[in-house]
Amino acid sequence: MIAAASTAVVAVAVVVGVTHTSGWPRVRQRFFSGTEIAAAWPAARHGMAVNLELFAACGLAAGALGLLVALLRTLAGPVFLPVRLLAAVYTDLFRGLPVILVVYLVGFGVPALRLRGFPSDPRVLGGAALVLTYTAYVAEVFRAGIESVHPSQVAAARSLGLSHAQTMRRVVLPQAVRRVAPALLNDAISLQKDSSLVSVLGVVDAVRAAQIATSAHFNYSPYVLAGLMFLAITVPLTRVTDHLAVRAARRRGDRRAGGGP
Amino acid sequence: MTTATDPPVLSVRGLVKLYGDAVVLRGVGFDVRAGQAVVLVGGSGSGKSTLLRCLNLLETVDDGEILLAGEEITDPRVNVDRVRRRIGVVFQSYNLFPHLTVLKNVMLAPVLVHRMPREAARERARALLDRIGLADKLDVYPDRLSGGQQQRLAIVRALATEPSLLLLDEITSALDPELAGEVLDLVGELKREGMPMVLATHEMAFARELADEVLVLDDGAVIERGAPERVFGDPRQARTRRLLAGARQTRGSGR
Repeated sequence: MIAAASTAVVAVAVVVGVTHTSGWPRVRQRFFSGTEIAAAWPAARHGMAVNLELFAACGLAAGALGLLVALLRTLAGPVFLPVRLLAAVYTDLFRGLPVILVVYLVGFGVPALRLRGFPSDPRVLGGAALVLTYTAYVAEVFRAGIESVHPSQVAAARSLGLSHAQTMRRVVLPQAVRRVAPALLNDAISLQKDSSLVSVLGVVDAVRAAQIATSAHFNYSPYVLAGLMFLAITVPLTRVTDHLAVRAARRRGDRRAGGGP
Repeated sequence: MTTATDPPVLSVRGLVKLYGDAVVLRGVGFDVRAGQAVVLVGGSGSGKSTLLRCLNLLETVDDGEILLAGEEITDPRVNVDRVRRRIGVVFQSYNLFPHLTVLKNVMLAPVLVHRMPREAARERARALLDRIGLADKLDVYPDRLSGGQQQRLAIVRALATEPSLLLLDEITSALDPELAGEVLDLVGELKREGMPMVLATHEMAFARELADEVLVLDDGAVIERGAPERVFGDPRQARTRRLLAGARQTRGSGR
């Protein structure tokens, strides 16, 4: 009750304070123009559909490949050293590179090779760059999850006669995935935002559509529109993530976690 | 039916295990015959747990051999998964699968490893759980059970695959005495039913009533061995006497 009341008071004070500053009318006209937003809406909506497509396709691909890379790193024995090494180098490399650099390299570099049979659609190339990067992120998350499962669980499973693969699939992964679900969703949120990076390859996504609309009248309202569209997707995702994290913490019996932001 | 000419259930000869430069086991050997219980006693770090891990091939051995029903399982060409199917293991910290219900914990290996039909595995699991009084807890998760119930569940999980040998590694060390009692009662029952087993334990009174042979381990070597009455009643080594003096002499349950 008190929290709600004090929040409301602060919110009203901020709104009143901001809208009564001398520059406000100009800000409103440049950033929050209703007519500009309405005019940019159809293009931005189409652009957002591209972002969502990329998000879904790249999310699924990076999730599956990331899991695969993480599993390759669990293979024991000297025979698999090259595989483990390769997986480690891959994750280190793509985790350490700026996403936009990978987008440039794949988006402009691959077509420059003029390879036959390679796709030249910038959406596909941009998507491939995102998958390359996010596979590395997701692999690290899965690896942390796998390592968080106590070795005694593996010992128990193996001593029951389960193979390495069966142990991973039936014992380790179910526990690992539950633990890293919040971290995976965080990566999903980042991916949804980073899907706008393909705009540098000329793909008309929501950001690119807003940029085109903006440059027509030097009015920045379309950017605000694009921003709101991203928030409409990422904020609910963030809330789900927090909810999962709190639930996971509660299941572990940690009562300190919890509460809102 | 077993006869005198059958090979022992388990035969261990000259087992050596190294961790780097440290010698953890220095030529340990013993036999487990049908229906027998061999009990390993010794202080912490004496090599009991390592020995049990070697028997189950969770550790590789550096020298010596282990024969399971006459078949050498320390041969590098042996399929370890196949060997482990024939040996049941119970750990000190239970190591139950927290993401699976009580019933699923017991069913996992029979269905997955032994390709038992799901219905048959369920029936068998149910009968085993009924035996330890958990028939009404089939669908709860292990963390809802008491320590004693968890460890009995772990024993039953190991039994579900009908192993020919049971390895028990200090299975009551994490339990209060009264909870340890119910676990030891179950182990005693299994022994009377003829399940061959190797146990590492600190429960000297229990070791005495259960064991066919007692091995006293110290610094990776067997320093004394024999019938429990002899080892516990008339220990020949000073180290054994010291070990027995420091250990809990009373049986876990207060009966």
